[in-house]
Parts: sequence; structure tokens; C-alpha cells
Amino acid sequence: MVLATIFESVSIQYYLVLSSILFVIGVVGVLIRKNAIIVLMCVELMLNAVNLLLVAFSTFFGQSDGQLFVFFIMVVAAAEATVGLSILVLIYRNTRSVDIGLFNKLKD
Amino acid sequence: MNIETIAYILGGLTIGSALMVILSNHPMRSILYLVVTFFMISANYVLMNAQFLAIVNIIVYAGAIMVLFLFVLMMLNLSKDTEPKTSIPMKAAAVIAGGSLLVVFVAALSKGAHTAPGVSADSANNVGLVKVLGHELFTTYILPFEISSVLFISAIVGAVLLAKREKQVL
Repeated sequence: MVLATIFESVSIQYYLVLSSILFVIGVVGVLIRKNAIIVLMCVELMLNAVNLLLVAFSTFFGQSDGQLFVFFIMVVAAAEATVGLSILVLIYRNTRSVDIGLFNKLKD
Repeated sequence: MNIETIAYILGGLTIGSALMVILSNHPMRSILYLVVTFFMISANYVLMNAQFLAIVNIIVYAGAIMVLFLFVLMMLNLSKDTEPKTSIPMKAAAVIAGGSLLVVFVAALSKGAHTAPGVSADSANNVGLVKVLGHELFTTYILPFEISSVLFISAIVGAVLLAKREKQVL
């Protein structure tokens, strides 16, 4: 027995709109939050919105390349979170705060 | 309950928990809601027959990256609400900008003619399996795979170097 894919009952536009909404939530989160940890988390949310769309199109066209790109995006996201959080710890050690406004000091 | 209803309920839960990430005042709650969001996205992957990525998403994102965030948040002792508030006009501008971006996305993407590509359900169901993905990863994508290991080593070295006390660097 061959199981039907999800796209026989839900259109691809549904996933386009869903991942657009998730991406926009991430963008708004980066803009309105001041805590640097939350800002990094919103970047992860945007990456996941793109991942969702890549997987949707990979299943839609029946080719595995999209899912491998998701795999590599996860690799890059893990490396980015590690380095970003260690920079954050370093900044907290110097300024006793993770307020994103204090990053103005990078100019000086 | 048919699969369409399940897909819509899952989408609603995903968007709801993602909204709670940016709306809750407490940083700890934000992180926990983001973990919920990642589980919902994994459920979406299962729905799209991407079983391998669903498991990897739970292990890597919800298991590793979010625990790292939680760990840093607890170590810096920021769990009390000390975040300075963004001003109301700034918030309104951010929401308007994000809403405009969403309108552009939806208008540009949803009107296109996405005809079904005529893929057989059999091949579409096999795409997400470990066997298929592993074969593809170690033949076509072997060079990016090796380069990503170099990226990981540089990330490890960078994190250790940055997180050390300043006296010990140099």
C-alpha cells in the first residue's frame, strides 16, 4: 500500500503562507525585543521558517536536495548559536547587561 | 479527523507558540515556548514524511541549541524581568514593517501557478528516509559535508577562546 503525500489534501500555498508568517514573527521579534538572547532566538525562528519551506518543497517535488539543505542549515545554526552565545557571555562579563542597545559600544 | 484538519491545527499551534516567544515578558518563558515551537515544526516534518529531519530537529534544536540558550540564561542570572521596554512608537513601527513584509510575501508567493508536479506518492514518501538522505549526503554532497566539519572545529575553537577569562587569553 502506497501512502498519499500530504499535498494531495493540503496545497503548497498553505506551507508558503505558514512559513512566511513564522519568518515575519521572527523579524518582528528581532525588532521589538531588547534582550540579546531573545534576539538570537528570533534568528533561530527565522531559520526554522526557511527550513519548513525547504522541506515542504522537497516533499512536493519528490527530491531530497531540499532536505539536505535543511541539514546544512542546522549545522550552520548550531555553530552560529555557539559563537553568538559566547560573545554574549563575554559582553555580559564586561557590561553586566545583555541589553542590545549597549552594542553601540562596538563603534568605539 | 482528516489530515487537512490536522495540518491546520498544527499550523495554528506553531504560529501561536511562535507569537508567545516574542510576546512573553519573561525570558525563560520565551525559551520554553520556542522549544514548543520546534516540537510543532517537527510535527509538521512528520506530516510531510521527513522523518529523519523531524528527529534531527528535536535532537539538535530542542535538545542542544535550546538547552545552550537556557544554560546561558541561567548562568547570567537574567531570569528576572530586567529587560528595558521598547517604546510604543518603536513597537508600532516594527509591527507595521513586519506586516508589510508579510503582505508582500503572501502577495508574491500565493498567486503563482503551483501545479502539482506529477510526482508519484511512492517516490515522494521515500525522500525523507535515512537511507535515501544518507546516500545523497555521502555522494553528491560529500564536499559540503566535509567543509561543515571544519566549520564546527572553528566554532568550537572560537567559543572556547571567547569564553575564557581575559587574563588567560594571550
